[in-house]
Amino acid sequence: MILIFIEIRDGKIKKSSWEALSEARRKAAELGLPAAAVVAGSGLENLAAELRSSGAAKIFVLDSPELAAYSSQGFVQALDVLVKETTPAAVFFAATAMGRDLAPRLAARLGVALASDCTAIAAVDGRLVFTRPIYAGKALLTFSLASSPVIATLRPNIFPIDPGAGAEAEMTKRSIEIPGDAIRGRVVEIHGDSGAAIDVSEAEIVVSGGRAMKGPAGFALIGELAAVLPRAAVGASRSAVDSGWIGHSHQVGQTGKTVSPNIYFAFGISGAIQHLAGMSSSKVIVAVNKDPEAPIFKVANYGIVGDLFQVVPALIAEVKALGG
Amino acid sequence: MNILVFIKRVPDTESRIRIDRETETVIEEGLNFIISPYDEYAIEEALRLREAKGGKVVVAALGPEEAVTTLKKALAMGADEAVLVKDDRKETYDALRVARILAALAKARHADADLLLFGRMSVGADNAAVPAMVAEILGLPQVNVVTKLEIEGSSGAAYREIEGAVEKVTFSLPAVVSAQKGLNEPRYETLRGIMAAKKKTVPVVTLAELGLPAEDLAPRIDVLKIELPASKQAGQMIPGTPEEAARELVRLLRTEAKAL
Repeated sequence: MILIFIEIRDGKIKKSSWEALSEARRKAAELGLPAAAVVAGSGLENLAAELRSSGAAKIFVLDSPELAAYSSQGFVQALDVLVKETTPAAVFFAATAMGRDLAPRLAARLGVALASDCTAIAAVDGRLVFTRPIYAGKALLTFSLASSPVIATLRPNIFPIDPGAGAEAEMTKRSIEIPGDAIRGRVVEIHGDSGAAIDVSEAEIVVSGGRAMKGPAGFALIGELAAVLPRAAVGASRSAVDSGWIGHSHQVGQTGKTVSPNIYFAFGISGAIQHLAGMSSSKVIVAVNKDPEAPIFKVANYGIVGDLFQVVPALIAEVKALGG
Repeated sequence: MNILVFIKRVPDTESRIRIDRETETVIEEGLNFIISPYDEYAIEEALRLREAKGGKVVVAALGPEEAVTTLKKALAMGADEAVLVKDDRKETYDALRVARILAALAKARHADADLLLFGRMSVGADNAAVPAMVAEILGLPQVNVVTKLEIEGSSGAAYREIEGAVEKVTFSLPAVVSAQKGLNEPRYETLRGIMAAKKKTVPVVTLAELGLPAEDLAPRIDVLKIELPASKQAGQMIPGTPEEAARELVRLLRTEAKAL
């Protein structure tokens, strides 16, 4: 069995969990194994029912009032119980903030290795072979794990979602006993509406600005373009963040976030190696810069040499015209 | 309060990575090594906490003899003590192996630590997994990717970045916290700090001294290959006035790339 941890945020199943589930089903089919989904929380039966026609053979609902808010210690305990009972061959997580917090903890509890932030998975001779970027994407590591179960986190926006298929999955609710004092750190508040703002790491389109945007006013143009594009988020180069034009949670690159959207727009970003490392796995890259020699053009699918303060407004107008 | 900060010696983020295809390893020759950038936020936070609350900051690294230079930089920033766990193995990419060694060090030599600080990930192996693994092995609470940390008595609150929002996590000490950019602005070493660091000796602990069973030290990651990503074909430059170029770009994104 391949077990997939399904993450719930704001009462919804995360898109990256659907991606992980789809990839798990594909690999499970190649290995001749069933795929099963697991959710953890309190009173999640109705939500879990959404997974019934997902193509997973089984759905496990781990239930405890202690799991109502996320805690790595509570969630790892619940998953540990299920893994020991069902002995899966592999456990997949989406490589989200929660997945990357929880999966290593589970791996350590089970005493097994972890495949972090994978961008490709193959089934070779009955075992899973993973590929993931290292040195922020400057190199790719292909490896297998010499321990079982295999624990892996899957990078968001990489693995395609397959529509569910066929039979209704069997749903098993399991009450988990968690002593209150077993959890010594827990989430007490979430600031910012995570439902409204799309994070750069999850956006389908990332519109990024660099030093050549010249200031917060110039940077507002970037936000304007992102606002008219579907599922788009604002990204930034390190120099734009360090100049204080935008928060560091928008920084793309080796000391920021790694992104792989369908389209990456780089406006006034010269293309330092650290920045390229964070965005070169994007599917289509568009670069606009006044310097025709800027290194960013070497990785761009489409390039425009020109004045940002003319090109960006022209693009906003074109995109708006599409919508109308 | 006593703080243990784990740091790693990594190739400079400006490095071009070259691969030895015979051994499937990264060629270290010619690389400049630095403290992993996120670790600097962890060191800075430890120093600020010590300045506010007293206590001691110890920095620890796992790596070759050369990592003493990395530890000396942390001493020059103001850390009180440093310790190297000597390991001559090349990068294994196995976070659990690293976590077991660091947890063993913490348990055997620094059981008085109230806080274990890390950078949110080391640049290079890019696992972002060691802090959570150390927390699990030692049975401690963890908060990862932290941009704000408050400690009050024997408990703390940390704000961590999640997708499009910030989570506030409260916890009791001892705890594991990993630092994200934004937590603080790391200080530079002062000349006085550099001179003081020169005089300090960095004790070296061997893996044997930590008493870990051989099976815990064997990497569980079987590297099949390391390669450079396929280089991209040169793209298409779009000529014309800003309006013409913008119109053509949108057309290409829709019809050719089918991305819009």
